Amino acid sequence: MHFGATKALDGVDFVCKAGEVHAVLGENGAGKSTLMKLIAGVIQPTQGRLRVDGKEASLNSPKTALKHGLVCMFQELSLVPDLTVRENLLLGAPGAGLGWLKGRGLDTAQSVLDRIDGADIKMSQRVADLTLPQRQQVEIAKAIMKKPRLLILDEATSALSASVVEKVFDLVREERDAGTAVLFISHRFHEIEALADRISVFRNGQCVATFAKGAHDYGEIIDMMVGQKIEELFPEKSPHRNEAEVVLDVRNFSWEGQVRDVSVTVRQGEIVGLGGLDGQGQGAFLMGLFGLLRKADGTTAISGQPGEIKSPKAAKHQDVALAYIPEDRKTEGLILDQSIEENLELAALGRSDLNAGDAGLYAGTLDQLALKHGGLHLPVSSLSGGNQQKVVLAKWLALKPRCLLLADPTRGIDVKTKTEIYAILRQLADQGTAILLLSTDYEELIQLCDETHVFFNGEIVASLSGDDLTPQNIIAATLNVSSEGRVNGATEGQVAHA
Amino acid sequence: MVRPRGKSHMLDYMRSNRREVIAGVVLIVLLATYIGTHPRGASTYVMTIWANQCLILGLAACAQFFAVVVRGIDLSVGAVMALTNCIGSYLLDGSAFGMAFGMVAVVAAGALCGLLNGLIIVFGRIQPIVVTLATASIFIGLALLLRPTPGGAVNYDLADGATLDVLGIPTALIITGLVVFAFWLPFRRTGLGLGLYALGSSEQAAFQSGIDTRFIRLAAFTLAGLFGGLAGLFYSFVTTTGDAGIAAGFTLNSIAAVVLGGVLLRGGVGTLVGALAGAFILKTIASLMFFSGIPSLAQPLFEGLILAIAIAIGGADVLRARNKLEVFA
Repeated sequence: MHFGATKALDGVDFVCKAGEVHAVLGENGAGKSTLMKLIAGVIQPTQGRLRVDGKEASLNSPKTALKHGLVCMFQELSLVPDLTVRENLLLGAPGAGLGWLKGRGLDTAQSVLDRIDGADIKMSQRVADLTLPQRQQVEIAKAIMKKPRLLILDEATSALSASVVEKVFDLVREERDAGTAVLFISHRFHEIEALADRISVFRNGQCVATFAKGAHDYGEIIDMMVGQKIEELFPEKSPHRNEAEVVLDVRNFSWEGQVRDVSVTVRQGEIVGLGGLDGQGQGAFLMGLFGLLRKADGTTAISGQPGEIKSPKAAKHQDVALAYIPEDRKTEGLILDQSIEENLELAALGRSDLNAGDAGLYAGTLDQLALKHGGLHLPVSSLSGGNQQKVVLAKWLALKPRCLLLADPTRGIDVKTKTEIYAILRQLADQGTAILLLSTDYEELIQLCDETHVFFNGEIVASLSGDDLTPQNIIAATLNVSSEGRVNGATEGQVAHA
Repeated sequence: MVRPRGKSHMLDYMRSNRREVIAGVVLIVLLATYIGTHPRGASTYVMTIWANQCLILGLAACAQFFAVVVRGIDLSVGAVMALTNCIGSYLLDGSAFGMAFGMVAVVAAGALCGLLNGLIIVFGRIQPIVVTLATASIFIGLALLLRPTPGGAVNYDLADGATLDVLGIPTALIITGLVVFAFWLPFRRTGLGLGLYALGSSEQAAFQSGIDTRFIRLAAFTLAGLFGGLAGLFYSFVTTTGDAGIAAGFTLNSIAAVVLGGVLLRGGVGTLVGALAGAFILKTIASLMFFSGIPSLAQPLFEGLILAIAIAIGGADVLRARNKLEVFA
């Protein structure tokens, strides 16, 4: 299989058995998604054969693949935004041809939704009005409803919170026990630990190893994925500087009942984490800081200068110098059809003190980020997910922001790129940048952040730092339950301003 | 971003169909004004003439709807009408059997034009706007070969049957009702009906869901042609002649009508009912002008104003968005 000049998959032999969860690991561009697309009939192999139940099959479209019972839940969601949940479920459902739609299977879908905490999703809601996690829940229901014989989960739970993920996994285990083969792609090791029976590791378009879970530990698996030793995923924390200058000081921020009276302080060189289940207000809070929300209350001071940030243009002005890396890089962070160069220029455009067209502005950051590309004139869509995220980072870093706001920057990104991004964030912090990092991965909140605020129902319910920054405390706080009274009594005077 | 829940079903329904609701309210207000100002009031005569004018554009708007809902556009709607009207002016007279065949042939000719558009768009992988611009010229050329000057005849009994009234109800309104209740509402509940929206809203998602996107697009343009043929047929009944020169006005008005009826040109949103309502609004405005003493030359100005206002109302909820990113959604 070739994509442009690069081989996406090269002579891969891959077998998936019924009644087994088979995890596929590999960094971005290793060929995992290409393999899934082959199986799902989205693309066709340039060489080689594909057998289903021992019989050779030619999967020339998703429709044919579905007929064979091969159901894929794509990383890029396959839901139609303008249709309702019900209509989306019926789209391409078994037995639903071009004729009258009987609505068979909707009961199954509803019961799946009920089981994975999606009971509040109404069948008559437009998908465009759902949040990202809700859409993933609908995707899961849609896939299960098709009664798959092979179910592909390609980063299927990336936006879901841990408790929902666990329920999804129960469901997947049931499917497996009923004889369904499951292919599982995830970048979260604890998910693979929880679900996989067998693991295959991909690297550079080749399947380098297949083994039963437990045969190798994390370190060995990571070594296989990157082909080299990685001692630590996360860079070492710098000594905490309590006396450093306060860069971002937000007081009593509220918006539309979704964010309530939130106060956060970020000092120079600090990485402050924002945790919590999805949709607890932490995402809206970041957007609000960047001037994306109307009618927000509260005061924001940048380096001691109070001021109202009314729009992204005001936020990126040299006197404020905020940068925001949005959650959805494909729609909010990048213009996919435009070239890498053009995308890089977007943030600097409109800054009177910078010449956006000057390639020198980005050269340094691109080097620092080790962006892998086939030429800066190529469309940004030609890059893998991790490298796309690097372009988003590079375009903002060119502005030398005083404070960096990141909304789940490593979601759906491979381990190696994640590690690179962690290292860069730490490096930026050491150079004096203040960083506010929203994350759904609590490892990041613990290993990377100097302090973590956990959101629940629009409020900060816990501010953890130092020795209190443990998985137990974070999980307890995300569910808003007290864990041995430690949660609300955070040390060093950095308590939630509730 | 959780939205408030728990509103009544009726409100939910109005909300999700607000574009059609707005178009419907505007139409009712306009129609009431029209009947109020017309010297002969709400007589069958007045209603019949009004309904006939509305239905011609209404069918053209239906044709445009099928192209627009799959994120396309059909610049050949008027041309298909002109061609089928000219064909009709040869075939719609004579024996009962002959006329029945003629009606089928006229509509089939329209569908064939649409199929041709669809084939070029799907297999030539060319944008609909370019394809239909070219085929529009071809269809008008054929129509001009058939009728260099307006002429021909349509059987008066047949024409009267289609354009007068049944028990005081204008036949055109009955046909509109049939299009909505016997065709559209059931059609919307079929896989094909759903596929049209899926394709227009997100082609990638539709494809990944196992939808045959090529077939759906082909079907959409064929339906556009079929309704263009129906519009041409009904135009023949109203005017009882064939005229190759009607294309341009109907094409542009059909686009205005679907927009007015809440069908988004970006595809995936809107209904056939909305398209019909849009067409009825445009034609009612025209009739209002005629009787209200406003110079007919000012008619485009007023039509344009109404179009702008209707679109502004439809987009007004953008003002409520508190998250600026939602403005672009």
